[in-house]
Amino acid sequence: MSERIVITGLGIISAIGDNVQQNLASLRAKRSGIGQIKYLETIHKGNLPIAEVKHTDEELLQIAGLAEDTGYTRTALLGMIAAKEAFDNSGAKKGDGIRTALISATTVGGMGSTEKFYLDYINPEKTGDFVKYIDSHDCGDSAEKIADNLGIKDFITSINTACSSSANALMLGARLIKHGIVDRVVAGGVDGLTKFTINGFNTLMILDKEYCKPFDKNRTGLTLGEGSGFVVLESLEAAQKAGKQIYCELKGYANTCDAYHQTASSPEGTGAFLSMSSALALSGLKIEDIDYVNVHGTATQINDLSEGNAMMKFFGNNVPKFSSTKGYTGHTLGAAGGIEAVFSALSIHNNTIFPNLNFKDKMDEFDLVPVTDVLENAGVKNVLSNSFGFGGNNTSLIFSKA
Amino acid sequence: MKAYIRGIGQISPQQTFDKDDFLDTVVGYNTNMLFCIDPVYKEFINPLQLRRMSRTLRMGVTAAKICLTDSGIEMPDAVITGTGFGCIEDTEKFLLAMLNNNEQQLTPTAFMQSTHNTISGQVAIMLKCKEYNSTYVNRGFSFETALLDSLMLIAEGNAHKILLGGFDENSVNLHVTTERLGHWKKEKINSLQLLESKTSGTISGEGATFFMLTDKEDANNYALLKGLSTLYKPENEKEVEQHTIDFLKRNNLSVADIDLVVYGLNGDVRTDGVYYHLRDTMFNQTAGAYFKHLCGDYYTSSAFALWLSANVIKKQDVPEVVRLGKAPLGAVKNILIVNHYRDINYSFMLVSQC
Repeated sequence: MSERIVITGLGIISAIGDNVQQNLASLRAKRSGIGQIKYLETIHKGNLPIAEVKHTDEELLQIAGLAEDTGYTRTALLGMIAAKEAFDNSGAKKGDGIRTALISATTVGGMGSTEKFYLDYINPEKTGDFVKYIDSHDCGDSAEKIADNLGIKDFITSINTACSSSANALMLGARLIKHGIVDRVVAGGVDGLTKFTINGFNTLMILDKEYCKPFDKNRTGLTLGEGSGFVVLESLEAAQKAGKQIYCELKGYANTCDAYHQTASSPEGTGAFLSMSSALALSGLKIEDIDYVNVHGTATQINDLSEGNAMMKFFGNNVPKFSSTKGYTGHTLGAAGGIEAVFSALSIHNNTIFPNLNFKDKMDEFDLVPVTDVLENAGVKNVLSNSFGFGGNNTSLIFSKA
Repeated sequence: MKAYIRGIGQISPQQTFDKDDFLDTVVGYNTNMLFCIDPVYKEFINPLQLRRMSRTLRMGVTAAKICLTDSGIEMPDAVITGTGFGCIEDTEKFLLAMLNNNEQQLTPTAFMQSTHNTISGQVAIMLKCKEYNSTYVNRGFSFETALLDSLMLIAEGNAHKILLGGFDENSVNLHVTTERLGHWKKEKINSLQLLESKTSGTISGEGATFFMLTDKEDANNYALLKGLSTLYKPENEKEVEQHTIDFLKRNNLSVADIDLVVYGLNGDVRTDGVYYHLRDTMFNQTAGAYFKHLCGDYYTSSAFALWLSANVIKKQDVPEVVRLGKAPLGAVKNILIVNHYRDINYSFMLVSQC
């Protein structure tokens, strides 16, 4: 159980790029992926900005290298693209005999296809090509398609703890290796944008009409995004033995529950404080070792207040450098923890901190100012990444230079 | 990895919310679409809250409460659930409102309660349980991963009592939609004659089952959950057989040690063959049981099988209605559960006397 777990592969597709290189270039250029709605059919077009992956479903099918649409949802395609990049990047080969798990997280699953055809689905008199999407509604569909595409058979599962989902995928992955159940894990998450999500968040009145402004006094809500982020986890020993490139170590993790409200965090951030402190305890690091926090920072009134209070309680007056990268990618829900794990690994690997876009004025409640410019040679050895979700699900991960 | 089952709460198409009724009452259905028998929910949940709760939320929260009472444990160290489809009723409600009203005049309640982790979140809020909380959502591996996570947490030594749940909700629209894929029988059958139909398709079902797992021995424990394994898309029956042999071996058991095999037979001639293969080869001397004629088929039906097995061990009673074949049956010390969902997600569990 004392095994050390490292990241040997990264894969991502988001509003700021189709792969790791493009994402890194956009992060460094402070180039946001948020814009007016182009690909999703919804009445909110022109009114609500979102962070779409800049491709149609047909284009994604091509990028994923698939000849024919036999029932691939946008969620499945995004996941297949990012997971494949991570898998290849780690030097893994299909059928190389290493016991491998695929753990994917998603909140909407195949809803993007369901909402297009649902009225046909439930009308027994209607028939047509839409039938091929019926079995892709549930969350497990995308995970199984990703696994099949990579030839992964040994262990497959999906997680949905709302917006903390894919952080939990990494945590479960590390534990599976430590328990000797598998030797390699492709872990992350994916969510495609849907009308269901946009309208759902819209009824909660937590969507910003402009680009989201995390940790800003005048923030008015989040901006939804889509995408997928995956990493490959292996034991340090196995990675070293195989001469793998190591991006960083997954040194700490914790999952706790706010147990306060179904869709809102407690103002004092009880669950967030617990997840950060438990992750730190597991990592064996001292609190002052944390160089940077990739905050959950959705830019809703309640999240940033709750998370800020939790950070003040946790770090006292020495809150490290922090930023929310949701000004780039939007809030990608079930993909957020995976995408931000990739960003955290890139931070450590490139010794760079990526900024919190759209920040102007600090909040009244505390003296917290995020990083607003790209910081190169930033001395990033240990990164704390937070992911919090509906249901009070809080997960914190700690990545360290290996 | 192992854990004791200390308490259970189950709401299902049978009278199972009553722990004293171990399939003494058996209900058959003629609709190919099974729904749970409701307990009197207001005995468990206050009426104000109850009004806002969807059916699955009522079922889940109540099953959790029955389980907590049964276990005598007030506060678990973790809440972990598995569900294939999540909260279907609220998802459909919000989806239909959105589609029928062209994305206008929508209210948030159904959306808020539509996420798969609603029940684990609500249970945590109800208990003020700030510990580990997770929800797994991968088809026929949903409950299995939740169980594996529970066993790992106990083995890690940080959690000693875990509230574990598996739930899925049926709906007419879901049944009609998936009927197009050939999942359900075309002809209407009596659910209790599920295995006699010899046609393709099965019957849809639902259920909410919660277990309290602990690492502590106790006279009140039902059974010991000794092992769990999953298998994804096996190539053929041989691979399933080999997996079963390896699984028993890893747990230091031989075929002769197994007193009862609980098969996930669902009456679909296309996919039941693998169970009969195991019964006629490895387990041709071993007593058998089945359960999907009682609860229907759904992603987390293996939770029903675990409820059945834990009760058989504790009560040393195999109700006639679940018996498969007439192999002689003495004391039941070890039960093997073999289940698969549509020949894709296979799972194996070992349930033993404490």
